[in-house]
Amino acid sequence: MAGLELLSDQGFRIDGRRPHELRRIQCRMGVFGQAEGSAYVEQGNTKVLAAVYGPHEIRGSRGKMQPDKVLINCQYSMATFSTGERKRRPRGDRKSQEMTKHLQQTFEAAVLTHLYPRSQIDIFVEVLQSDGGNYCASVNAATLAIIDAGIPMKDYVCACSASYIEDNPVVDINYLEESSGSAELIMAMLPKSEQIVLLQMNSRLHEDNLSKVMDMATQGCKDVHSILDTAVREHLTSSIALQDSSVT
Amino acid sequence: MLKSKIFLKKTKKGSILKVVREHYLRDDIYCGSEACDECPQKDEVLELRPQNPSSEIFPDPHYIIPDTNVVLHQLDILEDKCMKNAIILQTVLDEVRHRSAPAYKRIKEAISNPDKHFLSFVNEFHKDTYVERQPRETANDRNDRAIRTAAKWFQTHLFNTGVKVILLTNDADNKVKASQDGVTAFTVAEYVGSLKDNPELLDRLAHSKPSNAFDEGVQLPEHVSIAEVQKGLKSGRYLQGSFQASRDNCLEAVVFIQDKEDVTVFLQGNASLNRAVHEDVVAVEMLPEKDWSYPSSLVIEDVEGETEMDKEARKEKLKQPTGKVVAIIKRKWRQYCGMLLPVIIKTATRHLFVPSERRIPKIRIETRQAHILQGQRVIVAIDSWPKNSRYPLGHFVRKLGTIGDKETENEVLLLEHDIPHVPFSTAVLNCLPKLPWLITEEDVKKRTDLRHLHICSVDPPGCTDIDDALHYKPLDNGNVEVGVHIADVTHFIRPGTAIDEEARKRGTTVYLIDKRIDMVPELLSSNLCSLRSNVDRFAFTVIWEMTKEAEIISTRFMKSIINSKASLTYAEAQMKIDDSKQQDELAQSLRGLNTLAKILKQGRTDKGSLSLASPEVRFHIDSETADPIDVVSKELMETNSMVEEFMLLANVSVAKKIYEEFPDCAVLRRHPSPPPSNFKPVINVAEARGFDFCVDSSKDLANSLASAQLTENPYFNTMLRILATRCMMQALYFCSGMLPYAEFHHYGLAAPIYTHFTSPIRRYPDVLVHRLLAVAIQADASFPELLDKKKTQALCNHLNYRHKMAQYAGRASVALHTLLFFKNKVLIEDGYVMFVRKNALTVLIPKYGLEGIVKLAEYQNIMKFDDENTVQTIGDVIIRVFDAVKVEVSVDQSNIQHQHIKFKLVSPQLPEIEEGPPLKKQKKRK
Repeated sequence: MAGLELLSDQGFRIDGRRPHELRRIQCRMGVFGQAEGSAYVEQGNTKVLAAVYGPHEIRGSRGKMQPDKVLINCQYSMATFSTGERKRRPRGDRKSQEMTKHLQQTFEAAVLTHLYPRSQIDIFVEVLQSDGGNYCASVNAATLAIIDAGIPMKDYVCACSASYIEDNPVVDINYLEESSGSAELIMAMLPKSEQIVLLQMNSRLHEDNLSKVMDMATQGCKDVHSILDTAVREHLTSSIALQDSSVT
Repeated sequence: MLKSKIFLKKTKKGSILKVVREHYLRDDIYCGSEACDECPQKDEVLELRPQNPSSEIFPDPHYIIPDTNVVLHQLDILEDKCMKNAIILQTVLDEVRHRSAPAYKRIKEAISNPDKHFLSFVNEFHKDTYVERQPRETANDRNDRAIRTAAKWFQTHLFNTGVKVILLTNDADNKVKASQDGVTAFTVAEYVGSLKDNPELLDRLAHSKPSNAFDEGVQLPEHVSIAEVQKGLKSGRYLQGSFQASRDNCLEAVVFIQDKEDVTVFLQGNASLNRAVHEDVVAVEMLPEKDWSYPSSLVIEDVEGETEMDKEARKEKLKQPTGKVVAIIKRKWRQYCGMLLPVIIKTATRHLFVPSERRIPKIRIETRQAHILQGQRVIVAIDSWPKNSRYPLGHFVRKLGTIGDKETENEVLLLEHDIPHVPFSTAVLNCLPKLPWLITEEDVKKRTDLRHLHICSVDPPGCTDIDDALHYKPLDNGNVEVGVHIADVTHFIRPGTAIDEEARKRGTTVYLIDKRIDMVPELLSSNLCSLRSNVDRFAFTVIWEMTKEAEIISTRFMKSIINSKASLTYAEAQMKIDDSKQQDELAQSLRGLNTLAKILKQGRTDKGSLSLASPEVRFHIDSETADPIDVVSKELMETNSMVEEFMLLANVSVAKKIYEEFPDCAVLRRHPSPPPSNFKPVINVAEARGFDFCVDSSKDLANSLASAQLTENPYFNTMLRILATRCMMQALYFCSGMLPYAEFHHYGLAAPIYTHFTSPIRRYPDVLVHRLLAVAIQADASFPELLDKKKTQALCNHLNYRHKMAQYAGRASVALHTLLFFKNKVLIEDGYVMFVRKNALTVLIPKYGLEGIVKLAEYQNIMKFDDENTVQTIGDVIIRVFDAVKVEVSVDQSNIQHQHIKFKLVSPQLPEIEEGPPLKKQKKRK
């Protein structure tokens, strides 16, 4: 019998979601004491840890220093145990390098870089478990970590993937949907202004359907935003409450 | 709303892999019952008061929940009109999907039919009905438990409404467990048996368990397990192939081995056939060489002067690789048309069914209405074939009508050729434009207005679906403009609509002698798309500028509006051309076109295009009884060829254009070159008459055919062409991205690239080509499926199948009408010998385009057959291929199911022979 039915006639995806539903997102901020800011994000079975250091003076080669803005240094890596098959992934592998570049570009566009000239911000992202949408989870985690570090940004950066399966746009695709061969659209945006920071597409998609998938991804990013925002507010209230209680 | 449940699954992919998947359980899946007030739902599927047939064992209003095996095996029951309000669980659907694609399709159709009130309930994602697989529990047990849990849930959920649920299961264990859980459960037989208003349903009950009542002392070998088969296939011990039963002997068959052309394995005897049915995919094991055998049809009686040893040696030579079936890999059972065998005992409930397809074995069915079904065409489905039964067991599906009745026979014909012929659904009809249909300003803006041109159409008489028209205009620079206008069907059939789906499913219009099964509804085919005269119609136009020598200078494609000035028949057009008194613009255009067509044809012939022949006939139908009263051969006129030339030209031009624009996904038509060995019969015949016959290329073949003329037998050349046509391969639609350019070649037309563009009303490939061309000239937007080469190729395969079936059905319809025509008649007709075989002659009667076999078996003793030159000598009569003969034609009604035309040789007269044992006659079908 032919492969998996990615979207059933009743309108359910293989994991029981409807096309417009995100996976469950859970997040925590301030998970490390060492880093200036840190966050842990779970998007379904994709689990990502992000840590932010800085802003601090340039480390390593001073040639990278930029006189008018801060240098954003990213590092993306996947844990050996993050996928079904255990595989050693040295830090410098192509995939990670590409992802690193993407993250860097994303956050250069969102962070108010001119505030910290001749300085550096390090963003470290580690994927602990991978089940599709690694980039999106990484961006979302890094956003929370930067907020945790107190570095000013234009807006939250929210990322979300979308695809087009069985003539339906679907949002936040998991590994199974990702590997089905259908087109994958990855979008990172500043939700308030609806400015797109990064847009990437794998595989082919007919032009007619692009707008539908884009709309789906946009809506996904906004949904992510509301979840992240709630998490940030909750984190703040609880930490302020803690401070208050420690003062009195 | 989202509740996450993570479960583990192991899959094998080289190594064992642990897969973790999320599984969200939801609380927004509702029961779908109108009776329920709790669920905040809309569009309830299940009725408030389910009006199921009154059941004696369960009189309360109820919904039924069938389990997987019930859905798989008792679909004929579930599909019956009176079965309503069933709940099909996701668990069941998934299992059905994995186990049988056709069953899945059928149950999905039932679910989507609003009259059936079938609810598909997604129990796997419902928070209260999801069950987790327990340690040590098999997947099957888990699914059974899931079904019971869901049934239980429905029972408690609907408790206050007074509507009950019944679980239908044939699994005794499951039934017991269900009763323990407090769920009402019945077997299908119990439930259906209790429906007193619908006793006929019992007949349709599939027999899942072989009952001992059928034990006939036959014991066929057990099939080996799937795992064994796979091991055997890998090691080469078993071979996989498709099982083709013999037409003549129900105990013989051959298996065409997969991936190995020309390798066949011969099978003989019940035990070797081992319950395989025609077309099944089977695994065979070869027998040791000493046990090899030969088809019984090859055995001939003693030849004079032959010793026992010679005879043995001759038999030895006949031996073929022989094997036996060890397992069935895939059943290709479908529903079969046929009739019941008459029985002696009136009240018997077990009957034998004889399918009209000879290759299918008799099927045993149980029915209580045999007296009604006697003499009727019925449809029967096979359920199983237990190893202790000589025949497969099946059940009655429905009856079609009286045998011999033309309506019934037409129905049989359509069913046997798998031609969708139900009336168009309302969803399809809703896609049609509202009448009166008017051309809007916007349409005019988008299209080129060609209403001023003198366009005319030329078609056979009585044609209502006119899809092509032509025009001709001399230009000031000495050149001429020629236009081909094709009905713009894609304007009305938009991709993705119901009407498009339906047209795609049908693939082609099927022409039977007295009936046309349209691909698109009549409003389009005979009115809005048909390019009738003196009305404005949308067209897709190809316009060439040509020199007077028919050299193309430029080609333009456009969507247009035309107004045809005349719809002519071939004969009318011919008259206009020939009648020099007529000098109006139309007549002059036609003459111009005719002249160009001749040049084009010459050019085509020079390149090696073949002109082939097949005997085509037309029946004169009695207007009252609709029975055929006379037969005439179709006449070919110059104008036929004129229209054809321009259609070919248009097709080639369009093929080039769409291939240029879409190298990966153009829909084209290819005609592979036949292997030279195919031509052996033609070469033999031609050389026997002293002609040099070369078949190296289509050009050589065309030349050879042209030169082979016999003055004393003018029909000789036509027969040679008929014979050559039969040596050809089938032309096929394909997607350009799937084959190298070298294979695009069209052998028959000697064209490097070809497609079908000119008949979108009756062929779906043309619709695809129209869409591609429209995108190529920016007249329309493209859409995803159009550019997907895999989908396009899959569609092409489907269309090839439909095309082939439509052709077969057309031929079968001719055969049926020929039969009706000759009924109660005995005629003596002139004919020609087409083939000479060892013990028979194939004779063609050109007048009727009828071909039949004259059996010579009774002359065996005085017959001499020269294999080399295919010459048969009977006494002092010599018969060669293409000899003129006279035959007596009559209908043999001895077998009511297989009535056929009987040929008897009248002249040359054969020597008298004493009556031998009656021999079974057969009619050759192509």
